[in-house]
Amino acid sequence: MADISVLIGGKAGDGISQAGQVTGSVFSSLGYHVYQYVDYPSLIRGGHNFCIIRAAEFPITAFRSRFDVIIAFDQQTVDLHSDRLSDNGIIIYDSGRVKAEGQGIPLSQIISMHQGLPVMGNTAMISALLRVLGIPWDLAEPVLRRKMPKSTEKNLDIAHAAWNILTPKQDLVVPGGGPRPFLSGNEWIALGLLAGGLDAYIAYPMTPSSGILHFLASVKEETGIQVYHPESEIAVILMALGFSYAGKKAAVGTSGGGFCLMTEGLSLAGQAEIPIVIVVSQRTGPSTGLPTYTAQSDLLFIRHAGQGEFPRWIAAPATPEEAMFLGAEAFRIAWEFQVPAFILTDKTFSEGLFTGSPDLPDPKPYELKAPVFPYSRYMDQPDGISPLLSPPHPGEIIKINSYTHDFEGITSEDPEITTTMAEKRKRKEQALKEQSDRPINVIISGDERSPVCIIAWGSVRGQVSEFAKKHSIRLVSPLILEPFPVNAFKTALDGVTRIIITEESATGQIDKILMEHGIVPDKLILRYDGRPSAIEELEEQVRREL
Amino acid sequence: MKPDATLISDTKNTWCPGCGNFSIQHAFKNVIEEFEKEGVPREKFVLVSGIGCHAKIVDYFRLNSFYSLHGRTIPVATGIKMANPELKVICFAGDGDLYAEGLDHLIHAAKRNIDITVICHNNRVYGLTTGQYTPTSPYGYRGRSTPEGIHEYPLNIIEMMLGSGATFVARAYSRNIPLLKRIMHDAISHPGFAHIDVLQICATFFNMTSFYDEHVYETSEVNVTQFEMACRTGQQWNYSDPGPIPLGIFYKTIRSSLPEKREQKKVDRIISIQDILTGHS
Repeated sequence: MADISVLIGGKAGDGISQAGQVTGSVFSSLGYHVYQYVDYPSLIRGGHNFCIIRAAEFPITAFRSRFDVIIAFDQQTVDLHSDRLSDNGIIIYDSGRVKAEGQGIPLSQIISMHQGLPVMGNTAMISALLRVLGIPWDLAEPVLRRKMPKSTEKNLDIAHAAWNILTPKQDLVVPGGGPRPFLSGNEWIALGLLAGGLDAYIAYPMTPSSGILHFLASVKEETGIQVYHPESEIAVILMALGFSYAGKKAAVGTSGGGFCLMTEGLSLAGQAEIPIVIVVSQRTGPSTGLPTYTAQSDLLFIRHAGQGEFPRWIAAPATPEEAMFLGAEAFRIAWEFQVPAFILTDKTFSEGLFTGSPDLPDPKPYELKAPVFPYSRYMDQPDGISPLLSPPHPGEIIKINSYTHDFEGITSEDPEITTTMAEKRKRKEQALKEQSDRPINVIISGDERSPVCIIAWGSVRGQVSEFAKKHSIRLVSPLILEPFPVNAFKTALDGVTRIIITEESATGQIDKILMEHGIVPDKLILRYDGRPSAIEELEEQVRREL
Repeated sequence: MKPDATLISDTKNTWCPGCGNFSIQHAFKNVIEEFEKEGVPREKFVLVSGIGCHAKIVDYFRLNSFYSLHGRTIPVATGIKMANPELKVICFAGDGDLYAEGLDHLIHAAKRNIDITVICHNNRVYGLTTGQYTPTSPYGYRGRSTPEGIHEYPLNIIEMMLGSGATFVARAYSRNIPLLKRIMHDAISHPGFAHIDVLQICATFFNMTSFYDEHVYETSEVNVTQFEMACRTGQQWNYSDPGPIPLGIFYKTIRSSLPEKREQKKVDRIISIQDILTGHS
C-alpha cells in the first residue's frame, strides 16, 4: 500500500503552507488520502516554516517520522531535516539558494526565463516532486492545470521546465478515484457548524482557532450566515448569547487565553440556560505560551470553567468526519438541552489538513419542545428542560436572568427557589448524561480484545490508531469528554489489565477524569513540548511500556 | 410572565425611598405607552440590564428582558439587535457598570453605530456595593475604597461619547421627567447608536439633589447637528467642579449603522455546503 511522506521547508514568507496545500490537493486529485501537518513559529517573515504532507491509500490523520522526499526552499530545511530522510529518500532543492545532495532546480533561472513571479517557484517544486515520484506527465498536467487557475499557461510552462530537468526515482502507484475534499481541521469543524444550522459565528482572532473565523467569513454570503469580529472575547460570547436569546444559532471560537475572558459569559449561559456552541482550539500554555504549537492541557479548565455548577457538553474530534458530525451535533445538544456545547480541539487538528468524506453528516434529528402558554421561560419540567421561545411573541413576555430566578425569570433570593433551580439544572445534567453515555461515543479500535489498552483523545488518537493493531493494543478513545460516558467507557475496557494513557499535557488531565470513575491508569505517556508526535516516535515510547 | 395591561410588574420593588430610578422607570413606562399608541407593539421591546441598583428595572417591567452581567449590557444588546433587527433593544446600565467594567463595549458600540439605545443611570456612585467611587464621581470623592478621597478627575461622558463616534448623545436629569421622556423617545427612534447619560441622585450614598437643581439648565438644541458645538456644550461641565450643567440632546447625526440593511437571500444550506466541499476537492 502506497504511503508517502514529503517535507516542504523554507523561510516564513516563502509560501510553504500554500505549497503544501497545493501538493496535498494534487495527491488528493490522484486519489490519495492526504494529511498535512503545518509547523510555523509565531512571526510573519523569516524563521523556519515547514509542512509535512503524507499521502496514502488508506485514511490517515498523523505523520511519519521519516520523509521520502524533502523539498528545500532554504538551507535550513536541509540542515534541520535531512537526518530524517528515508534510505531511498531524495532532496529536491533550489540550487540557487541551497547546497545539498539530491536533485537541484535553478528556480530563479527557470522563473526569469519564463518571465514568471517568484511564487511560481512553488509550481516548479511541486512539478519536480511529481516527476521524481514517477507520476506520468499526462496525469500530472491536468491536476496542475486545475490547481493553477491564475496564469495557468505560464505556470504550466514553468512546471514542465522543472519536470524536464529531473529524472524519476520512484514508480508511485496512482490509486485514482479522487479527489476528496481537502480542508483544515478548522474548516471541517466550521462545515459541521454550518450543517448544524449555524446562523452567526462571532470570534476574536486567536491562533489556532482563527481559521474558523476566516473560513466562515469567506463563505458567509453563500451560506447565509452572519460573521462578526467584535472588540474582545468578552463581547464575543455575550453577543452570541444575545443571538441565542433572539432565536438564532450562534457559535464562538477561541483558544485558551480568549476562553479565559469568556468564562463569565459561560457561567451566564449556565445560569440563564442559553444555548451556545463554543469551539476551543488548544495551544501550549500557560498564558501566551507557544501560540502556534499544540497541547491538550485545557481539558480540565474547559470542564470546570465558570463559577457555580451547571451542565455542559464537551466533544473532541480526531477525524474530519467526526469534526463535521460533532460540529453539527453540538447545536443539537446546545439547543435541546440549553447548555454550552464545546468542540475541544488543538493546534494539530485545527491547522492540519485532511482529506475527508464528501458526505454531509447525518446528525440525529431533533425537535425542540413546543412552548406552553402563558409562557414562563424557566417553566419546571420533569427533565429540567423548559421550552424555548424567542422575542417578539405577541402577548408573551420572555425574561432571561443571570441572577438566581423564579420560573418566570424574575430575580429571587428565596432558598426554596434557589434549591429548585439548582435541582432543575441537575435534572438537565442527568438527561444530558443519558445522551452521552452511549457506545457510539467511545471509539474502540486496534486489537479490540487485547488486555493492553491505550487511552487517547482528540488528535493523539490519530497517532496511536496507526500502530495499535500492530502491537496488539486495544485503543479506547472517548468522543465525548463531558458528561463522561462512564458505562460505555467501562464496557469498552472490559478485560483490560493494563492501561496506558497518551496525552499532550505535562501533568495528565484525562487520567483525573478517569480516576473519578474508578479507572486507574498504569502508565502516562505525556508530551509537552508543543509538538505532536510522529507515529513512530509515539510507537517507540509505547513499545517500551508493553 | 403573564402579560397585563399595566407595564409595571408586581415584583416587590426594593429601591430606596427617593431613588432616582423611580423617575427613570416612570418616564420609560410613559415612553413605551407612547410607542404603543404609535403602533409599535410592546413585545418588540427588549430591555437589557447590567448589574447594580439600576438593573432591577427589568424585573419591574412586564416586558421582554435579558438581565445580563455587570458591564455587559451592550454586547448582549448588540447580539439581539443583529439577530433580529425588528426588535427595539434598550440597555439600562449604571455608571460603574457602563463606564468602568464595560467601557470598551460602550466605545465600540458608538464606533460601530449599532442601532440600540443605552440609558445610563448615572448616580456617580456604586449603590449596591455600598458607596465606592465610580468613573464619574467628582475629584476628592471619599468612599469606602478611597477613604482619603480620589485623586482622579471623572470622565466627561459627553466628550467621550462624541469622541467615540456616537450619533446620538444626550444628557437628562431624573428630576426633569418631561425632558427625560422626550430624549428617551428620540433616542429609541434614532437609527443608530443612542446614548443618554441620566444624572440621578443616590438617596443613600450620594445625594446631589440640591447641587443638580441649582446648576442644570436645558439647552436650546438649535445646533444639534454641529459636532463642534456639541463638544463645546459638553465641555461646560466636567462632572466634578460646580458650573452650569447643560441638559438635552447634544448631538444627533445619521451615519451608516449596524445591522446593515441587506436583502435576505434564500440559501439552501445543504447545497452550499456541498458546493464548498466540491470546491475544495
